Amino acid sequence: MFTRPMLASTRPSITINRPPRGTEAGVALGDARMKTAMAIQQLNLWYGKSQAIKQVSMEIPERRVTALIGPSGCGKSTLIRCLNRLNELVEGVRIEGGVLLYGQNIFDPSVDVIDLRKRVGMVFQKSNPFPKSIYENVAYGLRVDGEHRRGVLDQVVETSLKRAALWDEVKDRLHANALRLSGGQQQRLCIARAIAIEPEVLLLDEPCSALDPIATGKIEELLYALKERYTIAIVTHNMQQAARVSDFTGFLLMGELIEFGQTEKLFTTPRDPRTEAYITGRFG
Amino acid sequence: MSPQRKRRATGALQRLPIWMTGIALGTSLLMIIGLIGLIMARGLGTFWPAPLWEITLKDGKSYLGLVHHVEAIPHQADAQGRPVRRTLYRIGNRELYGADFVWVNHADIVSRQRPADTVSIERLEWGPFYGFLAEVNTPAQMARGDSRLLWQSLRREIPVAHRRARKIRHMEKSVIGNINYSIESHRLALRKLQLRKPASAGSMEPERRRHEDAIAALQARYETIAQELQHLRAEDGAYQVVLKDIGGKARELPISSLVRVHRPNQLSFPGRVAVYASRLQEFVFGQPREANSEGGVAPAIFGTVMMTLIMSLAVMPLGVLAALYLHEYAKQGAIVSIVRIAVNNLAGVPSIVFGVFGLGFFCYLIGGTIDQLFFPERLPTPTFGGGAILWASLTLALLTVPVVIVSTEEALAAVPNGVREASLACGATKFQTIWRVVLPAAIPGILTGTILAMARGAGEVAPLMITGVVKLAPDLPVDHFAPFVHLDRKFMHLGFHIYDVGFQSPNVEASKAMVYMTTLLLLGIVVCLNLTAMQIRGRLREQFRGAEV
Ligand SMILES: Nc1ncnc2c1ncn2[C@@H]1O[C@H](COP(=O)(O)OP(=O)(O)OP(=O)(O)O)[C@@H](O)[C@H]1O
Ligand SMILES: [Mg+2]
Repeated sequence: MFTRPMLASTRPSITINRPPRGTEAGVALGDARMKTAMAIQQLNLWYGKSQAIKQVSMEIPERRVTALIGPSGCGKSTLIRCLNRLNELVEGVRIEGGVLLYGQNIFDPSVDVIDLRKRVGMVFQKSNPFPKSIYENVAYGLRVDGEHRRGVLDQVVETSLKRAALWDEVKDRLHANALRLSGGQQQRLCIARAIAIEPEVLLLDEPCSALDPIATGKIEELLYALKERYTIAIVTHNMQQAARVSDFTGFLLMGELIEFGQTEKLFTTPRDPRTEAYITGRFG
Repeated sequence: MSPQRKRRATGALQRLPIWMTGIALGTSLLMIIGLIGLIMARGLGTFWPAPLWEITLKDGKSYLGLVHHVEAIPHQADAQGRPVRRTLYRIGNRELYGADFVWVNHADIVSRQRPADTVSIERLEWGPFYGFLAEVNTPAQMARGDSRLLWQSLRREIPVAHRRARKIRHMEKSVIGNINYSIESHRLALRKLQLRKPASAGSMEPERRRHEDAIAALQARYETIAQELQHLRAEDGAYQVVLKDIGGKARELPISSLVRVHRPNQLSFPGRVAVYASRLQEFVFGQPREANSEGGVAPAIFGTVMMTLIMSLAVMPLGVLAALYLHEYAKQGAIVSIVRIAVNNLAGVPSIVFGVFGLGFFCYLIGGTIDQLFFPERLPTPTFGGGAILWASLTLALLTVPVVIVSTEEALAAVPNGVREASLACGATKFQTIWRVVLPAAIPGILTGTILAMARGAGEVAPLMITGVVKLAPDLPVDHFAPFVHLDRKFMHLGFHIYDVGFQSPNVEASKAMVYMTTLLLLGIVVCLNLTAMQIRGRLREQFRGAEV
């Protein structure tokens, strides 16, 4: 078991001495066939005075599922919300370091944040459909993008709902209020909404935290299918899930990336004792 | 203390909060029900036709009137120690007696009866007349004598007379009104021409000529119509009714001046209901008569509703935009907190202060400027530069905007942050997020604020008195002259009507009933407006409610 004092005492040595994890990850991803979609470079983030992300570097490969695991409050959501610059809305946030999307730093002043968010979609920890009809929820991204042609919208709504494995359940009531759907359906609706704008990267923040095993299974299948088209980064509490769905896994602890590598390796032969402690259930 | 007693004591202590809250609720309910009950009892009863009593007193005087009020004379008792009572009779016939009311001590009464052939007459002037029919004179016949025959011929003549009166009124108001309006427009056009640079005077000569010719033609038409009107009036004057009061004094009236006649001591129950309905209908749909103390309040209803609607139209966007800025755009901090406190305290400023501000800012400054710029030909008569329904509504909007701001902010705060983030994550801008997601979800709350503002605004009187409400407005703010809606006009308002009739009227006792009825009506209108808004809100809320899991 790790205790607070011990961590506190080891922290300086980690941040100062250890080389950025990104290089290790780079080694792990050294496969020539794989392109890097997003690269996080020495990212630091402060909420006011307290630092939530510390010197995190990692790469998210294209058309793979990358999982982030770690105990509650370790900064998984914070990290993933940096990737579409959603954290900037929180008052008192300060960010240092960089995040590259296909080589371009998303914090660069020349980057249009609206454009970025169209390229990097997100599904949230708590399902948050708009208080509108199912149809309007899925069509929202296109509508704010200025698309009004009925035919296009119909088409996109249908394919998105089909990809999110929700079409069959809702095709007869597309104009019913989305808030009347069940929790699992709402979450799949949020996925459909996120993929309707055809993002390049899809961020999922614990999409299954409020769902039963069956709904979770559906969403996991969905991720497997979506991998064909999208780069996926998923935050999860659930180690089995990470092991099942992801190709790469990063272990986050107190805002630091402790270990990052191929999921198989990370779960079978973790290099860091803290990773081992966590995945064997002795911690977190 | 024994354990049992102790337990009982703590039990009572636990029940104390329930008692206190219950008593507080009960008190509030009692006060509200009492107020509404009083208004209803006093208001709704007044139109019911009461019997006419003939009273003969010991000193030989006799009166004919209806019971208005009975009370015990303070500090007086008869031989048996019972209180001495007296009754206030409404005896009408103001032009004969000077006063409408008379106090009668019960001890002085010799006899009291209800003569069958008395008539109660409501007319355009001088208040009600209580007495007997003596003659009905028309060009065709002169009826007198038998009261039953007289009554029948009067009943026959009244609808005919009303038709004549309507025709005369139509000539006076619509026909002559239209001519006057046209003459006035031409006069203003002429004045506008004069105000232009004298250099181009020559080129304007034809136009000037045209207007002058038009005015001359209109004036000629006015002359013929005035003659026709005179003729009609003379014809109408040939139809007269002669009435006698209880003392035998005669009074001759044109039949067309009678509004409603009935014989209260012979009325059947359906007959009474018919009289009641007719009075109620006149009250709600009719024009005021006799310095507002009788007749209807239709213009005041219209003014109240229109003002409340304009106010809502103004206050909703203003309050919602302000709240949006405060809650969504402004950087939360000391300044925003101060602004918020200031807004909340604005609700505590006496309304008359808002009235004075409205008069100075809207009427004189903005209205005055508008007049200078757009209506110079009408000066010095103000168009927008004086009291107007627009300025009164805007003043009330200002008065009620804190309510809307506060409730909108609350509604915005209740919109979960999750949907805001979801919208932004879809690539929406902040404005799109607010416009498409946040505002729709907050609309029920915004409507709640508007409902409260409307209720407050509709009942407000003080600021209106100096920004555009009048005792008697000649024209409604909406009519058939372009541009149809005249926001520059003064208007009548039920709240002011209550004040005016109840406290400014020369005949307070007689107009009491009107005060209660008007209050009831104002209450009803506020309730109606609120119910409508609540209906809309309920429907919207239904739309946003989901089966939460
Ligand atoms: N808006 C915020 N303001 C201040 N501190 C915050 C804010 N959001 C998160 N934090 C803090 O940052 C740290 C990381 O939070 P984060 O939400 O990223 O954790 P998480 O790993 O997603 O946890 P969970 O698994 O419970 O969702 C926590 O200590 C949290 O208290
Ligand atoms: Mg989280």
